[in-house]
Amino acid sequence: MAKAAAKTELQAPPEKLVQRRWGDAVFERTSLLTALSVFALLALTGYELAHGSRLALHKFGWRFLAGSEWNPVSEQLGALPFIFGTLVSSAIALLIAVPLSIATAVYLTELAPQWLRQPLTLFIELLAAVPSVILGLWGIYVMVPWLREHLFPLLKTTFGFLPLFQGPIYGVSMLAGGIIIAIMIVPIITSVSREILRSVPGLQREAAYALGATRWEVTRIAVLGYAKKGLFGAVILGLGRALGETMAVTMVIGNTPQIKASLFAPGYTLASVIANEFTEATTDVYLSALFEIGLVLLGVTILVNVAAQLLLKTFGGPGVKPQN
Amino acid sequence: MNLTMTPQEDKPAPAPPVEPPAVPVRVEAPAAPQSRAAAEPPAGAPALTVRKLSVYFGATQALKSVSLDVAVHAVTAIIGPSGCGKSTFLRSLNRMHELVPEARMEGEIRLFGQDICSPGVEPVTVRRRIGMVFQKSNPFPTMSIAENVTVGLRLNGERRRSVLNDRTEQSLRMAALWDEVKDRLGAPAISLSGGQQQRLCIARALAVQPQVLLMDEPASALDPLATSKIESLILELKKEYTIVIVTHNMQQAARVSDYTAFFYLGELVEFGPTAKMFTSPAKKRTEDYVTGRFG
Repeated sequence: MAKAAAKTELQAPPEKLVQRRWGDAVFERTSLLTALSVFALLALTGYELAHGSRLALHKFGWRFLAGSEWNPVSEQLGALPFIFGTLVSSAIALLIAVPLSIATAVYLTELAPQWLRQPLTLFIELLAAVPSVILGLWGIYVMVPWLREHLFPLLKTTFGFLPLFQGPIYGVSMLAGGIIIAIMIVPIITSVSREILRSVPGLQREAAYALGATRWEVTRIAVLGYAKKGLFGAVILGLGRALGETMAVTMVIGNTPQIKASLFAPGYTLASVIANEFTEATTDVYLSALFEIGLVLLGVTILVNVAAQLLLKTFGGPGVKPQN
Repeated sequence: MNLTMTPQEDKPAPAPPVEPPAVPVRVEAPAAPQSRAAAEPPAGAPALTVRKLSVYFGATQALKSVSLDVAVHAVTAIIGPSGCGKSTFLRSLNRMHELVPEARMEGEIRLFGQDICSPGVEPVTVRRRIGMVFQKSNPFPTMSIAENVTVGLRLNGERRRSVLNDRTEQSLRMAALWDEVKDRLGAPAISLSGGQQQRLCIARALAVQPQVLLMDEPASALDPLATSKIESLILELKKEYTIVIVTHNMQQAARVSDYTAFFYLGELVEFGPTAKMFTSPAKKRTEDYVTGRFG
């Protein structure tokens, strides 16, 4: 009797352990499932786009990517002007936004007096919260006229020898699109860069200060050197936004499917053409072509991100990475 | 050399060897190593003269009217329990404490007679003459071993390859690291072990040929073997440099230093030759601390 009692007492604890591990397994499986749903979502999006565009895929094949004609009436549909427009407007946006954002982030973390840091950060985050259609309205009624009257003529007289700044000035243009995207991605690049720069250890700065470095030298050798990998990540995050930006760009880029060297000429982007034309897509092939535009946009975005990741792996040194 | 090394409470301060000019002049960093010897006064005069130094962080006073002399070509150890102000003292010697926004300082610090705290003197120039090594090694991770050594020189505008190469070898030899890294100077600095990284940081500080080297617990994050390497390095370096070292480790202070200062609650309790401090200290509190009765 006593023996049996002792036996059950000994056996009891392992059972409890087993139960606890089972709960842990449930937790693990559930989180695995939610993590996998990310893959499922992306795969499903890709599948739906491919399924929707099967008519166009079948009709145009690879010519869809190379064709520069966009004529829904004669069903001559090619995506090249849109790909061009998306890449060029995003490139302009990055050229403007990256120096601006990183300089702002450096000021915020390294130079600004304490009392200014919080309000400035708040305003940058508010800028990110401005709905893109409002920026677009401002773009049409304020920015574009100003560009047409002041900035573009100045660019034309100063840099008119470059093909980039030749030709008639309409106001709505590739450059206007690029500028509005730049305004939209500055807050994201700035706030991610700020986080990256804040994560540079104080000991790195002290090392430079102790060598007699000035504030600029400390920033250059200790902060930017350490953070460059992370800053590159911040830029890629901004690029992702730029490629997919729709509303504000549509309102100022001019929506003309053409490939022109001049930045004053109107353009069109992949995102804009979908937003503009899906309500008027009357034929099945036309609608299917818009789906394929969406597929191309998804492809371009993924390609750019993968290329950036590879670049980072190849050339990136040690240092902090973005935590996203 | 030990003639000036008596506690300042007992004896009036010796007159600074060089009369300071009425108008504060900007202290220039030595552009070339040759100028270093010329700037030094005859042996015996203190390298650093600290008078009535008080440091405040906001409302709290971290240092209370500290006066002491740091002897040339000797090791001065600063000991004391945590929070006693020894790191603050060390950092104020090359004005690193100013990196804390609300830091404030009273008193006087002279480097070979020149006032380094007056408003006309830029901290940048002070730090080029008074180098610093930190508790945790902090090489620049994106730079190679050689680049880490020469970064200070390059900040000073030195561009000549031959000079940079010479100084790299010279500094790494002085830091007792040359033989371990001479075949991979281009390798990233963070590929080195912890002890090697700390010696690299010492080489980096030496490369600009400072007049004084400050060390803030340079071996506290290292294993015993790496620690003993750093300690023998310190003994080697004092032939050419004036060293001030903060340490938590009393045996270390006893092993490497010529003079020891004991700080407690922001005050300098006692200062004197290390042998005396550890065998027959004048103050009861010093004795309690060095014998391990508190702290």
